[in-house]
Amino acid sequence: MKSWKYPALWLTVGVVLAGGLIPVITGSKIMRESMFLILMAVTMASSLNILLGYAGYVSFGHIVFFGLGGYVGFYLIAEQGWNLIPAALAGGLASGVLALLLGIALLRLRGAYFALATIGINEAMRTFINNFNLFGGPIGMELNFIVYQDYGGAANMQWLTYWLMFGVTIIAVLMSYGVKFSRFGLGLMSIREDEDAAMAMGIHTPKVKTMAYILSAILPGIIGVIFFFRNSSVQPAGAFRLHRSIEMIVMVMLGGQGTVQGPLVGAALYEALRSYLLTSPLFKDLQLAIAGVLLLLIILFVPSGVIGWLRHRFKGLWRVLE
Amino acid sequence: MTTSRMQDNIILQVQNVSKRFGGLLAVSEVTFDLPKGQILGLIGPNGAGKTTLFNVINGVYTPTEGQITFRGTDISGWKPYDVVGLGLARTHQIVRPLNDLTVLENVMAGACYGHESHSLTEAEVIALEVMEFVGLHERRNLLAASLNVAQKKRLEMARALASRPYLLLLDEVLAGLNPTEIAEMVEVVLKIREQGVSIFIIEHVMHALMNVSDRIIVLDYGQLIAEGTPDEIVDNPKVIEAYLGDPALAEKLMSGS
Repeated sequence: MKSWKYPALWLTVGVVLAGGLIPVITGSKIMRESMFLILMAVTMASSLNILLGYAGYVSFGHIVFFGLGGYVGFYLIAEQGWNLIPAALAGGLASGVLALLLGIALLRLRGAYFALATIGINEAMRTFINNFNLFGGPIGMELNFIVYQDYGGAANMQWLTYWLMFGVTIIAVLMSYGVKFSRFGLGLMSIREDEDAAMAMGIHTPKVKTMAYILSAILPGIIGVIFFFRNSSVQPAGAFRLHRSIEMIVMVMLGGQGTVQGPLVGAALYEALRSYLLTSPLFKDLQLAIAGVLLLLIILFVPSGVIGWLRHRFKGLWRVLE
Repeated sequence: MTTSRMQDNIILQVQNVSKRFGGLLAVSEVTFDLPKGQILGLIGPNGAGKTTLFNVINGVYTPTEGQITFRGTDISGWKPYDVVGLGLARTHQIVRPLNDLTVLENVMAGACYGHESHSLTEAEVIALEVMEFVGLHERRNLLAASLNVAQKKRLEMARALASRPYLLLLDEVLAGLNPTEIAEMVEVVLKIREQGVSIFIIEHVMHALMNVSDRIIVLDYGQLIAEGTPDEIVDNPKVIEAYLGDPALAEKLMSGS
């Protein structure tokens, strides 16, 4: 692969690298905390985009993969004494397996029916975990702070998890790009445009859709583990928040569904907006209402999102904006 | 011995195929063969079950009864993507371009997932070749949505051809085209046959169909009512009665205008 021929890839990776390195260079802990959340949002949005943007399937319950992966990994660390990295991989694997099983069952459904079913899954999983004693039931699980000693103490652990999140985000962006410009990605986009035609063209739609679902579930599972490990506790209500799913959709739509840079831009913008709203005395209770209005406005006026709009407006930028 | 040699020359064999939707028998015990390298025409009044028969053959619907054999394999009840994998491609009566993708990407998707399943790079080579063949080359970088009807029909054809089929099902590729476009399209169809691809074609533009088909079969109310060469079909009183109804129209048809 002649990399210099792909300006969009370099721009995207460059932006993530630059953003992720700001806290490292400045050493600012406040900046590190906000950047951690932004990187997490970018990973979630880029993962969701594989299903939502490329294949055209809306998953309203995507947070279930974050929650389940987080729970599985957290359990392995807290109760089984695993190291963070294998536990994070196990969390990703658990989410991938869940997506495989759900994909086989649910991806027969199309459009709104699939979207509705995904809400059901998230709620069902939360109820299940609530009653699952191995994972602590409604109380959840907590991490003994002594565990952080293995990672050089709590302060060091925070930098370590930051670097891990940074790495996962870069993988997410590379995956997003790689899928889009692959044979597999072309199959997904064919499904998005016309699923019946795609079938008649020889695309094994159930297999391709399930693969996309799995790919979109793995990284959320991994970052779930990193997030809850860093938090030192996990509860059902925090792990399976339905509104986080909707915020993920807003991010993808805001930046531009089906583009590589869209989820990046959308996640950064939305996180910035969210932290402003949450800290502003006037709007702090209205954050979700504003997200809803934002989604409505995007769908009505800029359905292709920021990147899609820019691509349309400035044709000269086509090779840079993907 | 003779039977097996005959079998070898038959690319598609449809035996006693029926398709029922609740109380409606859309296709009723249809049997015919399509010999390799031929163009077989399919005509019939609106609602006769022509497109349903196509849908049963390419796997959109499972036949209620009967057997479909393609190149010696029983494909009855297979899914469309598996059927394409064996080398049987189709176009749609109502064109279904992948609107937000370019013409090139549309055709490449056909090549990627078709009978030969190629990588992206190989698919691009095939797509460029096929687009040259059907006359879409200059529009390759446009979005499929921006094509006109005639070009979209060509795109359907290019996408199907890119899958490198042995047999191509063409569902009204001439409908909605003007006379010049029809003449161009007929030429493309004949060129496809020259490449050794067998063709099964539904068409309402009669004189064009009469010119390209080796044989024609006629459906009416889901039943096969006639089969023969174009000349035999136009002279068949059953066809004239059931399909054309009006004798004046029949005369017009026979004069080829």
